[in-house]
Amino acid sequence: MATLDSKVPSGPLADKWRKHKVDIKLVNPANKRKYEVIVVGAGLAGSSAASSLADMGYKVKSFVFHDSPRRAHSIAAQGGINAAKNYQNDGDSVHRLFYDTIKGGDYRSREANVHRLAEVSVNIIDQCVAQGVPFAREYGGLLANRSFGGAQVSRTFYARGQTGQQLLLGAYSALMRTVGAGTVELHTQSEMLDLVIVDGQAKGIIVRNLISGAIERYSADAVVLATGGYGNVFNLSTYARGSNVTASWRAYKRGACFANPCYTQIHPTCIPVSGDYQSKLTLMSESLRNDGRIWVPKNASDSGKDPNSLSEGDRDYFLERMYPSFGNLCPRDIASRAAKRVCDEGRGVGPTGLGVYLDFSEAIRRLGENVVRERYGNLFDIYHEITAESAYQKPMRIFPAVHYTMGGLWVDYNLMSNIPGLFVLGEANFSDHGANRLGASALMQGLADGYFVIPYTIGDYLAGQKSGSRPSVDGAEFKAAEQNIVTMTKRFLENRGKATVSHFHKRLGKLMWEYCGMARTKSGLAAALQKIAALREEFWATVLVPGSAETLNQSLEQAGRVIDFIELGELMCRDALTREESCGGHFREEHQYPDGECKRDDEKFGHVAAWEFQGVGQTPLRNAEPLNYESVKMSVRNYK
Amino acid sequence: MVAENTAKNLSITLRVWRQDGPQAVGKFVDYQSKDLSPNMSFLEMLDVVNDDLTLKGEPPIAFAHDCREGICGTCSCTINGQPHGPGKGVATCQVYMRTFRDGDVITVEPFRAAAFPIVKDLITDRSAFDKIQQAGGFITARAGSAPEANALPVPKPDADLAMDAATCIGCGACVAACKNASAMLFVGAKVSHLGILPQGQAERDKRVVAMVDTMDALGFGNCTNQYECSAACPKLISHDFISRMNRDYLAATVRAAFKAVSLGGSGGS
Repeated sequence: MATLDSKVPSGPLADKWRKHKVDIKLVNPANKRKYEVIVVGAGLAGSSAASSLADMGYKVKSFVFHDSPRRAHSIAAQGGINAAKNYQNDGDSVHRLFYDTIKGGDYRSREANVHRLAEVSVNIIDQCVAQGVPFAREYGGLLANRSFGGAQVSRTFYARGQTGQQLLLGAYSALMRTVGAGTVELHTQSEMLDLVIVDGQAKGIIVRNLISGAIERYSADAVVLATGGYGNVFNLSTYARGSNVTASWRAYKRGACFANPCYTQIHPTCIPVSGDYQSKLTLMSESLRNDGRIWVPKNASDSGKDPNSLSEGDRDYFLERMYPSFGNLCPRDIASRAAKRVCDEGRGVGPTGLGVYLDFSEAIRRLGENVVRERYGNLFDIYHEITAESAYQKPMRIFPAVHYTMGGLWVDYNLMSNIPGLFVLGEANFSDHGANRLGASALMQGLADGYFVIPYTIGDYLAGQKSGSRPSVDGAEFKAAEQNIVTMTKRFLENRGKATVSHFHKRLGKLMWEYCGMARTKSGLAAALQKIAALREEFWATVLVPGSAETLNQSLEQAGRVIDFIELGELMCRDALTREESCGGHFREEHQYPDGECKRDDEKFGHVAAWEFQGVGQTPLRNAEPLNYESVKMSVRNYK
Repeated sequence: MVAENTAKNLSITLRVWRQDGPQAVGKFVDYQSKDLSPNMSFLEMLDVVNDDLTLKGEPPIAFAHDCREGICGTCSCTINGQPHGPGKGVATCQVYMRTFRDGDVITVEPFRAAAFPIVKDLITDRSAFDKIQQAGGFITARAGSAPEANALPVPKPDADLAMDAATCIGCGACVAACKNASAMLFVGAKVSHLGILPQGQAERDKRVVAMVDTMDALGFGNCTNQYECSAACPKLISHDFISRMNRDYLAATVRAAFKAVSLGGSGGS
């Protein structure tokens, strides 16, 4: 069994981070340049970590599979970033942001990590403004805010509907500055395929150069993974097509524990699926719920009618009805399930019956079309491009879609995994969002980890490593890891089956959505475990990967990512099956209150499940890290 | 499912640029594709064509793509002679098959520019853009050193204008659309974004000179003043930012000629 020591510092919650920063070891400025750190991924967490570590004096190597770090999928986040600045004078504070995040996560996150996140949130805004992020402003020149789900204060900072883009370009500019200064060595189009462990510690990676096909070895004193989430296990999601779990999964197969894999976020406001060819689902930002009202017809018989023809009395504004105090701004998991429920009742709209309306007519009457255009124009444009409909004239049709994964590699308070020297940041780790993430908190966490946590905590590990002890890439461990990848590549290419990689990805996605999506059951999950195992065997028996290994080969890239998703799918179903309770994004039909809300079992499942690999097709070990709430009392979430 | 669009499925001829590698000779190859839904995106059509090619034992078409929602800037096809194809203010991934008619011949090429060498088929190497950013596309602000965010008010019109420039997705359509393969819209947008904001003033002169000089050194051409760049830009970034960059560049070079320069010395003991 793995040892999971969360290393949460002692003392009162609000003092832990301050105290920890005083207590942890430092590496002196002249010694920092003797240490090399590999950072994989260059989204918000990876770019901010790489540039910050380089500015401190460490030698950094940054790896991305994209052709430029600016392409990382953080770029697509629309709505905003939370921070406890209390600029609106509406009662916000570090404690309130902390509490909202803990409650939003349905009491399944680690208290000390979340408090630290709330504390550094204010520094993130300062840092981003200093870098030139053009946040929205009031006429007096000060920063503007808007509100987001799961909060009763306005603490979300934004840059039109492109906040993620602007924050990433800020972090990217810092990364480019350090690359230009020669303190970061940038490797684009380089995909990490294996983690190299020497004497029990993470000391390097194996990379495939996606242009030449060459397999390359890199060693370092520490490895940082900031490789994002795994929502593409569902094939259809709001993730970029290239987003994948491979770096995390290969680390898992080398011994890193994977925590709470079943915690996935289904975002309530996405454009509904249109056909089998579909490759991606497009999000309509949660910020739309500030002014848009969600409804379906009261009577199923009205579902097919023109929405503008239905009178107020024929409409059911179901979120406002069920959750009067949060209304349309209730948390994502709750809004998604409510939408599913009304569609299950036959009141869904659109050709498939899998849709609800998001209506702006009241906002347009109240504010005028121009104000609505200024606030949400780009989102209305996206909606029009995809559906050829105007949301100014007719309500949008939306439906939940996979959007984020709260689970990820297990990390301690220092963001180090159970493999010493392997750090995991951003969406790739598990620690801050529990079983459900609140809107505008992903950007906050990515930048918190990269700018304000890892710069402190990596020193605590490196100070214990002798400088110059970095192993040579000629060592046996590097050779073996490279051979592992060469063998796998050969197996893909020599298989010469009859089914494309995308065929398997689609089938996996359908299984996952049906059995491990918005509502899960014991029998469904047990069936899915068998079906996915069978799919894995069929993949190896019949997959067809064209081309060669010595060149750019997108089919080969995809093959590696899809087989990892298949293996991950098994783990997710196993985790969901074992967790006999409902919490946040994990909804087991057997465990609900009469009104359909999640019924947690804190006694039996008030812990993190951290899975330990035992071999493909073998049952992994389930380790538990108890969640000890010192400051907040675990209670039933109530947004009514 | 898009209820309103009742258009019939289409069949098209796809005329695609195929090129094995940077040194290989490329050529157009025709592929027939049938029964395509008008609600399919252009890239989803390529996915379908690629699955067919794979099953037939032919090499699939390499094309760059990622977010498929018009923000990452990865996709980069010239469709029927226009970077990102028909339609204003969209990237390749936001082109839908309903744009085309049954029986159309659709020509697909990579973005063409000397500074963007072809890697394979429709994929080009746009790392030159990263190099321009490395030269000066930033405000130096180490993590931990930033002042309180509201200590420096930014007038809303300035913040809005900076945001207009900052929406650039770095796709390179401006370069592909220009007969001189000029990158001045791309560079102008970044120089303007940072130069308009008060935070960007300290490095304003240094930034514009370094970025423009690097742009020139990397083989991008000069502005033709025909503004095809703005017309092709998926974010409709205005060519006004080119004039702003030129003004900044001129002012910076003039100031540099007359500026007193510190002789330095690190001090301390």
